[in-house]
Amino acid sequence: MKIVVLMKRVPDLVEDLEVDGSGKALATEHLKLTVNEFDDHALEEGLLLKETSGGELTVVALDAADVDKMLFTALAKGADRVLKITGAANVEGNTGLAAVFEEVLSAQEHDLILTGVQAADDRDGQLGPIVAALLDVPCVEVVTQVEVGEPGEGMVTVHKEYSGGVVAELEISLPAVLGIQAARQSPRYAPVSKVRQIQQSATIETLAGAGESSGAAAGGGSGFSVVEMTAPETGAGAQMLAGVDELMAVLEAKGVV
Amino acid sequence: MANDVLVVAEHLKGELGEITFELLGIGKTLAAALGGQCVVALIGGNDGMVTALGAAERVVRVDGEGLSDFDPDSHGDALLAVYEAVDPRVVLVGYTSMGMDLASNLATRAGVPHAASCIALVEAGENIHATAQLYGGKLNVTSDLGGGRCVASVLAGSGAVEAGKAEGAPATESVAAPAGRGRVRFKRLIEPEAGDVDITAKEVLVAIGRGIGSKDDIEVAEELAEELDGAVAGSRPLIDSGWLPKTRQVGKSGLKVSPKLYLALGVSGAPEHIEGMKSSATIVAVNTDKQAPIFNYAHYGLVEDLFDVCEELTEAIQEKKG
Ligand SMILES: Cc1cc2nc3c(=O)[nH]c(=O)nc-3n(C[C@H](O)[C@H](O)[C@H](O)COP(=O)(O)OP(=O)(O)OC[C@H]3O[C@@H](n4cnc5c(N)ncnc54)[C@H](O)[C@@H]3O)c2cc1C
Repeated sequence: MKIVVLMKRVPDLVEDLEVDGSGKALATEHLKLTVNEFDDHALEEGLLLKETSGGELTVVALDAADVDKMLFTALAKGADRVLKITGAANVEGNTGLAAVFEEVLSAQEHDLILTGVQAADDRDGQLGPIVAALLDVPCVEVVTQVEVGEPGEGMVTVHKEYSGGVVAELEISLPAVLGIQAARQSPRYAPVSKVRQIQQSATIETLAGAGESSGAAAGGGSGFSVVEMTAPETGAGAQMLAGVDELMAVLEAKGVV
Repeated sequence: MANDVLVVAEHLKGELGEITFELLGIGKTLAAALGGQCVVALIGGNDGMVTALGAAERVVRVDGEGLSDFDPDSHGDALLAVYEAVDPRVVLVGYTSMGMDLASNLATRAGVPHAASCIALVEAGENIHATAQLYGGKLNVTSDLGGGRCVASVLAGSGAVEAGKAEGAPATESVAAPAGRGRVRFKRLIEPEAGDVDITAKEVLVAIGRGIGSKDDIEVAEELAEELDGAVAGSRPLIDSGWLPKTRQVGKSGLKVSPKLYLALGVSGAPEHIEGMKSSATIVAVNTDKQAPIFNYAHYGLVEDLFDVCEELTEAIQEKKG
């Protein structure tokens, strides 16, 4: 089975996020990017499937700052191939990104396409369902478990999560896209030494992407503009307390202690 | 293009979800501003649901084999058929598990813009402006969706359920179900296993997030919860890591709680978490990041290390008890 994992880097939410002078975009000067945590889960689920059912796992990502490190880490974790798409750095949003991925995927063998259920910067929808719609293959979002059917059946059985812990079991014919919420186990860790070692021996394949032009044609709805980006008023309702003494006073007043 | 707003109804186990009524409330206001009608798309529903959708002016139904249970593929095809028949200005979908399957699919196939994770929609001149909560709730982004058709997926809790609830007999019409492609097959629903503790019944919840750092350290929260006669609940990553059972998860894919006291320790306050706890009577948040979105929902906040607070508070309560 050919498994393809689509990954992207997003602003690290642990850091302070600042809006630039235009008031419409993130200030990039101190912006720290990190792997979309749900993509990391998608990779983990893909690796687990490969280990149990065999196959080849390819990670595809757009060229961006530090993307090499992400791709070498994927190799260190067990990916067979990593592919970096160049020349498409200016694509807009997931609609633009999906069009680039669609083009790449059309030329790559793929049975199962995995990606994160969402990302922190999904202004124009989630990547998985857009890619699936462009490829005209089925897609299921919020997946927490994937089981590969018997060889030759060409299908997977997945768990899709609803609220309250209710789960739907769905059977999906391949090829298909799955938006992974959580892998069956926490994403594995690749030791730095192993990543370094891989960096010496392995190569990242590069592929030129078509960029924006195809995005607009295929996706149609991309590129709607930002009016403003603002931090919600911090502590709009919260009264900030100076310490545990003050907290105790609150809890006493509320009658909980 | 009509000036109507199409609300996509969501149902599970034969019942409409609350999000449907929230969307109806938002949709009615928006439709009035646009001078159009608020129309509901009901795919695989039943007659009882139509009566409950009395707040809508029209209900467009699609029924057919295999539509009573949700599967993203056939419901996606059915929604596209309704969209083409109604030709609405705005489509409102829940930013929910089902909605995540439908909204991007519809927007891409119809070739119209889609604003995800929205908390508000307004008419601004000729255009629709959508405000979305992005970056884990750290930033609100307002987008101009233009003067044409568009899709918005809306976070649960953005509108009032009551605003969309009314019994009635809205006009109904049917759209034929597109031929099934059979690519996705619904098998069954799996109910969660009952847990040791029912967190929805507790008056006090000590909710821990990824800030707790390790499984072993959950003990300090357990101790505090015991002193408060409450229980420990948690954010999703803790459940995914196997540190807490699923029955302790608060949020979008977990449980909805509204205790007397919700003490959030090292929880950032992502929209998916907030959905499950924002109606708590008193919310206290402890977080080392003063920018953490949880402070926007908390009534009281402490920018401190959770371990310090946990330890000092446990001691203070013990001291008080004597
Ligand atoms: C479809 C879907 C459904 C989801 N459903 C849910 C759900 O039901 N429930 C849910 O919770 N999430 C859900 N999520 C996940 C959600 O998006 C967030 O990823 C999650 O809520 C983050 O959890 P967290 O706040 O514990 O972790 P983080 O966002 O990593 O936050 C950890 C916080 O701890 C603080 N911190 C670190 N160390 C300390 C310390 N020593 N003292 C004090 N503070 C500290 C940090 O400043 C940070 O704010 C869902 C996501 C999706 C896509």
